[in-house]
Amino acid sequence: MTTATSKPEAGHDTAAEKERWLRAYRQMVSIRLFEEQVNEVYTRALMPGLAHLYSGEEAVAVGICEALRIDDYITSTHRGHGHCLAKGAAPDRMFAELLGKEAGYCRGKGGSMHIADPATGNLGANAIVGGSVGIATGAAFSSKALGTDRVTVCFFGEGALGQGSLYEVMNLAQLWKLPVIYVCENNQYNEYTHYQETTAGTILGRATAFGLEAARVDGQDVRAVNAIATQLVKRARAGTGPAFLQCDTYRYSGHHVGDINREYYRSKQEEQLWKTDRDPIKVLSKWLIEQGHADSASLDRTTSEVRATMEAAVKFAIAAPYPSVDEVEKHVYA
Amino acid sequence: MPERELTFAQAVREALAEEMRRDSHVCIFGEDVAEAGTPFKVLSGLVEEFGSGRVVDTPISEAGFTGVAVGAAMTGMRPVVDIMFGDFITLTMDQMVNQAAKVHYMSGGHWRVPMVMRTTLGATRRSAAQHSQSLHAWFSHVPGLKVVLPSTPYDAKGLLKTAIRDENPVVFFEDKMMYKLKGPVPEDDYTIPLGVADVKRAGDDITLIATSSMVQVALGAAILLEKDGISAEVVDPRTTWPLDEKTLIDSAKKTSRVIVLDEGYGRYGVTAELAAVIAEGAFYDLDAPVKRMGAMHVPIPFSPPLEDETVPTEQTVFEAARKLCGKE
Repeated sequence: MTTATSKPEAGHDTAAEKERWLRAYRQMVSIRLFEEQVNEVYTRALMPGLAHLYSGEEAVAVGICEALRIDDYITSTHRGHGHCLAKGAAPDRMFAELLGKEAGYCRGKGGSMHIADPATGNLGANAIVGGSVGIATGAAFSSKALGTDRVTVCFFGEGALGQGSLYEVMNLAQLWKLPVIYVCENNQYNEYTHYQETTAGTILGRATAFGLEAARVDGQDVRAVNAIATQLVKRARAGTGPAFLQCDTYRYSGHHVGDINREYYRSKQEEQLWKTDRDPIKVLSKWLIEQGHADSASLDRTTSEVRATMEAAVKFAIAAPYPSVDEVEKHVYA
Repeated sequence: MPERELTFAQAVREALAEEMRRDSHVCIFGEDVAEAGTPFKVLSGLVEEFGSGRVVDTPISEAGFTGVAVGAAMTGMRPVVDIMFGDFITLTMDQMVNQAAKVHYMSGGHWRVPMVMRTTLGATRRSAAQHSQSLHAWFSHVPGLKVVLPSTPYDAKGLLKTAIRDENPVVFFEDKMMYKLKGPVPEDDYTIPLGVADVKRAGDDITLIATSSMVQVALGAAILLEKDGISAEVVDPRTTWPLDEKTLIDSAKKTSRVIVLDEGYGRYGVTAELAAVIAEGAFYDLDAPVKRMGAMHVPIPFSPPLEDETVPTEQTVFEAARKLCGKE
């Protein structure tokens, strides 16, 4: 069991490092602004269904996915927009999916909670809490059986710690030494309930009980997340076995966009503290400026570019056609 | 040369062995599937030929290893999951119903789940309420799944080979009381398409539509009926989904009387669905209401005389058929 910090390795390449963290910055801003647009589109009643925003948790998805190859696998959750974007999904096709349009990743048949994309190794977001732990472990079984070195990351929130199937598959993964990393995004709340009210014992203890390599990291520090993820991915790729990573983070919004009055389960003061003191984008931008990798003007330019991309993506999705009704019976069976 | 005969269990094993030789991506997950060959000894010998990397013993974690099979199927393998008793499918329901059945559709056709779940059904083994149920109707209800119910060794081999080659999740129910049943099974690499019913016996006066364990019961009843001057046709749908409605309706139109037999519970079950198919497709050709026969609506009891009461027998089917044909 280790606790990760964001100390960069000695002898690193400064230019490559600068490029990497500027890319990570752009990725995190992309997720933040994507979700801003989702909120906007949803509140304008242009988006059907539910929207679970990832804002506040960007450093987890980006820190982890920056340690992965495009052909590595991920499984995602109902709060999955960030994972999909960080793994390489295009915002316009994501928005099209969110609006139920044919140009969406799932031809409009999955929606916000089910984005899947073989081209970026995204096995799919899953709207059953803990529902993808088996799929992720199975993908890791395939890597081992087929002799590839693909790694699978299974993202889930701390709410999934209540699901027994997680413990079944961690046991299997450790017995079979599968290349899977279980990433627990502890955003503090199982829907409307603080995790301490639902979680006996420790989170990491659940993984160490099965002998998994287990680590805990500040999920608001993308460099720390990436540093530990890089180690765990390397280890998994080498065939050493599965790992479990607890990322402490915070969900800025409610459980879903409609969860507005939240004071009965958490205070506005608490929300504000995370936003001012521990915001993952602020944490990284401060470091980028300190290191001389960027200045506030260049970071603002990045934000403006990303905002334009997201606005264009929304326009594309709104203008895109719905699937024809004869699509309804397609893809029930392969 | 006389036709080779195999037991139902041997036919299942031969199908698996042939498919594992043909395709290195086929693997088996389950409890005691390797050296033990399952408590029913259906898989004996497979681990010796294919190794423990492909015939994989798992912990007693039905949800876990079924989920692993879903993910493995999505990423290049063709897993066959062994759920020892059909009663234990309850533990796999989220993986089968919310995951396996929906992945292809939810992803807009991008991901596929070519997996098979083999499990058992059937009462009268004195195993009581948690090891005796026939729950295939549950999976038949779910879009995205296919459900296979072989009733002979020949069908078991041909249908299982097709199921393994199918690109979708297929649930394959074996009647555990039928494992020792012998029948002709060719050594060839033959397959039987899913969704094609089989007329097990031709007849003119009444149709007995029967699945799985009830096919042998129906054939036995047909012999009794023949002695009584009633010619019974026995039709086995072989798969509840896809369903060969045409063959069932054609037989009903021909004979004008139908009994539907299935060992699951009748209420909201397979017999209800098949009776509805006949009612919709052959209503004006029927001379009597469609009769349904299945497990009684009770948990399966342990005590032998009680358990025997819960499932249709040759005699009860014979009597119901006579009555339907107007012979009191």
